[in-house]
Amino acid sequence: MTVLLAVVLLLVAAAGTAVVLTRDPLDQAIVASFFGLLLGLAFLVLQAPDVALSQIAVGAVALPLMILLALAKVRRGSR
Amino acid sequence: MTAAARRRAFLTAAPLLAAFLVWGLSGLPPVGDYRGPYGLVLNQVAVAERHATNVVAAVTFDYRGVDTMGEEFILFAAVTGVAILLRAMRGEAERPPEEQARGRRVPGTSNAVRVIGLALLGPVMLFGTYVTAHGHLSPGGGFQGGVVVATGALLVYLSGEYVTLRRLEPESMIDLAESAGAAGYVVVGLSGLVAAGVFLANALPLGRPGTLLSAGTLPVINLTVGLEVASGFVLLLSEFLEQTLVLRGTGSTGAAPDPPGRPPAVPRTPPGGSPDPSGRRR
Repeated sequence: MTVLLAVVLLLVAAAGTAVVLTRDPLDQAIVASFFGLLLGLAFLVLQAPDVALSQIAVGAVALPLMILLALAKVRRGSR
Repeated sequence: MTAAARRRAFLTAAPLLAAFLVWGLSGLPPVGDYRGPYGLVLNQVAVAERHATNVVAAVTFDYRGVDTMGEEFILFAAVTGVAILLRAMRGEAERPPEEQARGRRVPGTSNAVRVIGLALLGPVMLFGTYVTAHGHLSPGGGFQGGVVVATGALLVYLSGEYVTLRRLEPESMIDLAESAGAAGYVVVGLSGLVAAGVFLANALPLGRPGTLLSAGTLPVINLTVGLEVASGFVLLLSEFLEQTLVLRGTGSTGAAPDPPGRPPAVPRTPPGGSPDPSGRRR
């Protein structure tokens, strides 16, 4: 259990760093989605399935979607 | 600030922050060592008192029901704010800008995405409804289930069926559903006030623990929250899509024809007009 938790937390840390290091917003939205998924997994390992469900739905789907749509709008407007 | 100065500032601040973080974390109790009394008490009494086998749901929708109502209205206000912002922008954007009429290429939706999107639609909607309806029994509830249901609308859009999406969800209906969901929570609260003299009192029959119709008002509140969250997210999605796609639609009806071999993913008729199926068949 502790090993699993450590592995998941390290994955979350790596994904979080990857989000910061990704400089293109479009790529960043996808990496952030992956980070949201891993964070949901961490909540699941920490025995908080309710929170994990919210995290996966919002962090892995809704938030990247909003970023993508906003990017589409901004890029269209600036051209 | 130059790059070197920034690096120096970071290199001095980072170890300090790390030291404080380690100091703070070393004082935390180990994972699973719970020292608050309330959780233990609730674990003992929730099933007996509320007949809800998911104690988390009993806390969020009953013992702390007023907090959750506030949270729901935060979401409601946020969605309303985004809708208002985007509506104001739409008026500016509908003047057809010259540069958008020319040379815009709309990438087509691949058949694989279309088939998988439509195949997933049914299971996703069913799963979202299941998560919402079983919130008082197992992990989940109106919020989680509502977001899952809302991703169904995203799947319809991803499958390239934007006109279908608009027909499935007229905006006035979505507005109405969102308001009804938000108001439903208050109505449940007021019914508790009338029946038991306390706002949000769990006045409905509690039923047998572990069955779908149990835990009194919990499943009712879960359904209203699910309705509010699902329609709120769908409203967000359609506002954003209208911002990007309606413009894209008017852009491709401009002078420039689409390059051969690249069917437009979006029908040329603007929403509201009759959909033209011949424009998007391959």
